[in-house]
Amino acid sequence: MTHPILEARNLTKIYGQNVIFKDITLEVKEGETIVIIGPSGTGKSTLLRCINLLTPNDGGQVFLDGKEITARGYDQDEVRQHIGMVFQNFLLFNHLTAFDNVMIGLTKVRKMAKDRAREKAMEELNRVGLADRADHYPGQLSGGQQQRVAIARALAMDPRVMLFDEPTSALDPELIGEVLGVMEKLARDRMTMLVVTHEMGFAREVADRIVFMEKGSIVEEGSPDDLFYHPKYERTREFLWKITELYGKKEKGKAAAP
Amino acid sequence: MSNLFNYIVQGTAITIGVTLVALPFGLILGLLMALVHTYGGKIFNRIAAAYSLLLRGVPPIVLLFILYFILSGSINLSPFWAGSISLGIVSSAYQMEILRGALLAVGGGQMTAARAVGMSRLQAIQFIILPQALRLAIPPWSNEASIVLKDSSLVYALGVPEILRRAQQLSATTQQPFLAYGAAAVIYFVLVFAVNRGLDYLSERTKLPTHS
Repeated sequence: MTHPILEARNLTKIYGQNVIFKDITLEVKEGETIVIIGPSGTGKSTLLRCINLLTPNDGGQVFLDGKEITARGYDQDEVRQHIGMVFQNFLLFNHLTAFDNVMIGLTKVRKMAKDRAREKAMEELNRVGLADRADHYPGQLSGGQQQRVAIARALAMDPRVMLFDEPTSALDPELIGEVLGVMEKLARDRMTMLVVTHEMGFAREVADRIVFMEKGSIVEEGSPDDLFYHPKYERTREFLWKITELYGKKEKGKAAAP
Repeated sequence: MSNLFNYIVQGTAITIGVTLVALPFGLILGLLMALVHTYGGKIFNRIAAAYSLLLRGVPPIVLLFILYFILSGSINLSPFWAGSISLGIVSSAYQMEILRGALLAVGGGQMTAARAVGMSRLQAIQFIILPQALRLAIPPWSNEASIVLKDSSLVYALGVPEILRRAQQLSATTQQPFLAYGAAAVIYFVLVFAVNRGLDYLSERTKLPTHS
């Protein structure tokens, strides 16, 4: 439980003159669900992309299971197999059915035998409750269903850790629940997860730790109770209160008043 | 009379032959250039852009002569092969632009998602980007296919006995230009019509299903 699966050390990203984030140090332990919150434009999404090496960093290191994956010459394609990623806009492969979306990584990347891959793909679709939509194309699925397929696609690779980049931000309100439901189930099954979201209900009930980021730095991190009820910084309290009012009216009464 | 008409029809096989060499040749070269332009980094991007600009900035017939004399002079190709390959090179620049547009239309997100699953860039292009881009490219490519079919008449200037060449000979021997060229026109029209219909069908068949 205490062994860190993922570790970012002094991670820094700069675009031209713009410092996106600086000296971010973060540890994700096995089975932990960490939620990153913060105003838009504070580099949360870029942080996730730097962690699974989709975007090159400008300083610092990332460790997966104790090995530095940002080291020179490390096989980046191989690393990404072990870090699942779910995107805000789903990004399913449009020319493939839900089933083939989940299966293609198994056959082409993991070189799994067809029979075994089929079985596994079906298992993963079942896990997100979409076995009956296996032969549907992304264009035939609702946003919520597409995102669940995207989660299944990432899970199929048996990742050590799952990254979620605002997985519900592009969804109609009535579709958010089904995606959060799948994520909650994953958290209960002790999947290691790093989640960027504005869903405060999810953060409070599911997260083991909440990290509050602003202007490219981590302002504060701690258990949901600590951040919601005893934040160290006024800014944390202010942000949480605002976002809770915006996104979850029902939570309003419970949040610490400013 | 029917003998004369037969003479032109025999040229049709050669016209089709020229097109069947030029189109795939242009497709492969154009696809390579489009990929290099889109994913090849700065230097290759420049080279591909210059290639496209140059070839599309000069009339096909002029290029045909230049390429023909280079090809037939250096590796001693027959007029048929030299002409067909030259036509393919000219077409590659236009096909490159069609495919480049299609690659851009697929979007960077698909590449990101493919890389996130652990695919290499090459795998992502092969399994994710190209299957989608080629689908998108069919309608504009259909247009280019009919242009190449019609431009195959240009190899007549190199002495290849295709439809137009034969029509011209007939016109001279029979003194009936309207009949000779009219017959050529009808054959071209039927061929272009068939190609466009065929590709429309292919486009319909490969369309991805959506809600409605």
